[in-house]
Amino acid sequence: MRYDSPLAAVGGTPLVRLPSLSPSETVRVWAKLEDRNPTGSVKDRPALHMIEQAEKDGRLTPGATILEPTSGNTGISLAMAAKLKGYRMVCVMPENTSEERRALLAMWGAEIIPSPAAGGSNTAVRQAKELAERHPDWVMLYQYGNPDNAGAHYATTGPEILADLPEITHFVAGLGTTGTLMGVGRYLREHVPGVSIVAAEPRYDDVVYGLRNLDEGFVPELYDASVLTTRYSVGSEDAVRRTRELLAREGIFAGVSTGAVLHAALGVARKAERAGERADIAFIVADGGWKYLSTGVYTAATDEEAVATLHGQLWA
Amino acid sequence: MAIEVRIPTILRTYTSGEKAVEGSGATIDELFKDLETRHAGIRERLVDEAAGGELRRFVNVYLNDEDVRFLAGISTELTDGDSVTILPAVAGGTA
Repeated sequence: MRYDSPLAAVGGTPLVRLPSLSPSETVRVWAKLEDRNPTGSVKDRPALHMIEQAEKDGRLTPGATILEPTSGNTGISLAMAAKLKGYRMVCVMPENTSEERRALLAMWGAEIIPSPAAGGSNTAVRQAKELAERHPDWVMLYQYGNPDNAGAHYATTGPEILADLPEITHFVAGLGTTGTLMGVGRYLREHVPGVSIVAAEPRYDDVVYGLRNLDEGFVPELYDASVLTTRYSVGSEDAVRRTRELLAREGIFAGVSTGAVLHAALGVARKAERAGERADIAFIVADGGWKYLSTGVYTAATDEEAVATLHGQLWA
Repeated sequence: MAIEVRIPTILRTYTSGEKAVEGSGATIDELFKDLETRHAGIRERLVDEAAGGELRRFVNVYLNDEDVRFLAGISTELTDGDSVTILPAVAGGTA
């Protein structure tokens, strides 16, 4: 396939059947390989779309500074586009994210403002909102509340999946900003009667949740529960085990959050198989494993050892 | 009927530091009322009486890992051996 520029090559990713992990010929599991985007993650879609829309309506002008709270992937996508388009990029990122993410952001020239590990992404969001108030000339695209985040998936990811898999019965993705689930979910609901939209939410260890206050929680502004059929919480153990299983049985080298999504997808598959129902389940591989290599998750001798290496880290 | 309830760090002041406690009840609502008898004050942190006794906005409750808001909310029915996890709502995912 030929494109006019690297940025034009966002999207159009492969959808592959998982012959070994699918329970049968009538219950099939399909992986949408979003690591095949220019910076290696699904976030290239919303990042580029948010920038282009902001340029169109004049919120983003030449030489501007872009500010974003991110645990990594959105920041990396924005930083790459910002570099090519001549914007300055400032990311607010929790300090307990992997070293590779910091290196990648630095490589694209982004400045990183660390937020305390104990507060996780909630604190990164709050800190970014405070910075935005102090610097009214900075442009916060704000992936958690920007309709163009979900809009990117409504316009591209959803139609791609439906074109490749018109018989789709279930769509499964990770729940973060909720953009993927809201965008693809809305698109599929409009075109596939009875389709199930399933969210897999990462559940971290106590260390990560530590100081979370129940009264100051965070629900992304984009989130609309009515788009979802259901929502599963997936712990690090299941996420790590499935990430390693995906590598060993299908040869797909994916990030740890994909393991959590696969766990939910296989749960859905097992239910369909037991009920004797046909199912075509598509799930999102949000990124490859490269950024998580230093955790040791892929090379640990056992799943238990692999889980231990992740202790206290934001893996999704 | 024994239900295992996993408690987030922030609420362990009510459970003498225990990460998980046992409770009983035919629904989530009954389970929380049962917990209240041994862990006074915990229910008020989970349930918003002013909003008709539903779960508080930033409290997520999972029955065997499935969000109860997609089942029957606070009225979700429980069976012996179920596992209930309480978590604060957080920003997450590969954002």
